Amino acid sequence: MWVLLLLPFAGLLWVPFYNFQDPALFGFPFFYWYQLAWVPITSILIWIVYRSRTPDDETP
Amino acid sequence: MSADIDWIALTVFIFFFALVTVMGFFAARWKSGPVSEHLDEWGLGGRQFGTWITWFLVGGDFYTAYTVIAVPALVYAVGAYGFFALPYTIIVYPFVFAIMPLLWKVAHANGHVTAADVVQGTYGSRGLEFVVAITGIVATMPYIALQLIGMGVVIKAIGLTGELPIVAAFVILALYTYSSGLRAPALIAFVKDIMIYIVVLVAVVVVPAKLGGYGAVFSAAGDAFTAKGGATGLTLKSPQMLAYASLALGSALAAFMYPHTLTGIFASKSADTIRKNAILLPAYTLLLGLIALLGYMAYAAHIKVASNNDVVPALFKALFPSWFAGFAFSAIAIGALVPAAVMSIGAANLFTRNIWKSYVNPDISHAGEASVAKIASLVVKLGALAFTIFLPTQYALDLQLLGGLWILQTFPALVFGLFTRWFRAEGLLLGWAAGILWGTWTAWSNGLKPLATLSIGDTSYVFYVGLGALILNVAFAIVGTLAVGLISPRSAPARS
Repeated sequence: MWVLLLLPFAGLLWVPFYNFQDPALFGFPFFYWYQLAWVPITSILIWIVYRSRTPDDETP
Repeated sequence: MSADIDWIALTVFIFFFALVTVMGFFAARWKSGPVSEHLDEWGLGGRQFGTWITWFLVGGDFYTAYTVIAVPALVYAVGAYGFFALPYTIIVYPFVFAIMPLLWKVAHANGHVTAADVVQGTYGSRGLEFVVAITGIVATMPYIALQLIGMGVVIKAIGLTGELPIVAAFVILALYTYSSGLRAPALIAFVKDIMIYIVVLVAVVVVPAKLGGYGAVFSAAGDAFTAKGGATGLTLKSPQMLAYASLALGSALAAFMYPHTLTGIFASKSADTIRKNAILLPAYTLLLGLIALLGYMAYAAHIKVASNNDVVPALFKALFPSWFAGFAFSAIAIGALVPAAVMSIGAANLFTRNIWKSYVNPDISHAGEASVAKIASLVVKLGALAFTIFLPTQYALDLQLLGGLWILQTFPALVFGLFTRWFRAEGLLLGWAAGILWGTWTAWSNGLKPLATLSIGDTSYVFYVGLGALILNVAFAIVGTLAVGLISPRSAPARS
């Protein structure tokens, strides 16, 4: 599951993958809405990893 | 002569400023603990902040007022390239989730307050502790100065001139940080963050509605960049792509090496608090992405500014009634107070624990640590204030840029020890020195641009100096560790 944490790096650091204007969404060129879309996606990926790990025995 | 004073905006501004000042002094009694008796209380708020307080505190401290001014200013000036702040503040969170709970556990188990404490605890090396502490303090000072500059921009927009308002604001900040410690910015962060959320949500709905929608905003900006030419535009030019990605990665790795962000981490009450925050903090990144777009909205609104940093205040003044502009300016100014306070506390903790305690008075009591740190926080803030008043603004910008490069060079010393004890302190010291020297020299010889160029054959690659220096740092740390291993094989295991 921890490999999910690498996806945002892959999706955002390989710039040629998203460095163009079309298709636009709600007036936002692709470059912008693609990167903004990674914000909630990253949160969800981290949440999935958080849920899947065995909680440690720390207090509190 | 600047514009006349906007009395309505000024009144709103003074109201909110007075509100947070009262809160700042009141904070000493919030979640009360013996603030003056222990550095854990003054410098880390009692190590008790749960998920929500940490969310507001780290959010308020990482996404600084200067960000609200500078990111749209850069986007206004160059377009897509200025957006590297967005991937940077996304990929930082998987990193925070994976690394920072481990660091918290080490710090919590051993009572560490600073990064340099952790390094000293791991490697038992006074030299490595010292360079980590000094790097942290030096990298933080210009960052505090930038917060002042951000505050200065909005104070000027209200119509107040001269140094007096900013000096007054800073003296008040210094006094309540002195008396309340980390509790003051933690409490004020609630007000600051809620105000910034309101301002940005209103701006991203109302401004495009007034200007004809996001399509119109982007096309106005696109036309302006086409007319402007050069390395500007709504997408990146091909040589800019590596620079964009390496700036994002390098900045993300550096972000949580700073004393102010680490202070937020060490002040949380559990490792789980940090994990939950890695999930929740990206909400601020969404906000940052929208703030960056203010740079494009300025084109659609036909804003003309003398200095790029005036873009956001000019846009708000042009499109909003005075009272809301005043509210927005208060949000930005208060947004400067929170990080400035946490930065000065982080730097003061480093000074107290890793310089004063290590070199001047090793037998200092807990109460003694707290009082040294309180005075150090005053000195740090006065230094930053003098910096902004007596030196040109450009110095603060240049030094802050170098500061990012420098703080990144503490990464191997702080992070590698969480996973392996293979590295030796001497090797890490050598790596740190190599990274700092090469990085500073390269940035300096490029006229303080954060980019380095590497030519292989006919192709040249342009990338972030800090990341190049980090790679060099790691290479030297490996070579140094191997060399030390040959000369003196490990006799005793490193202290844990």
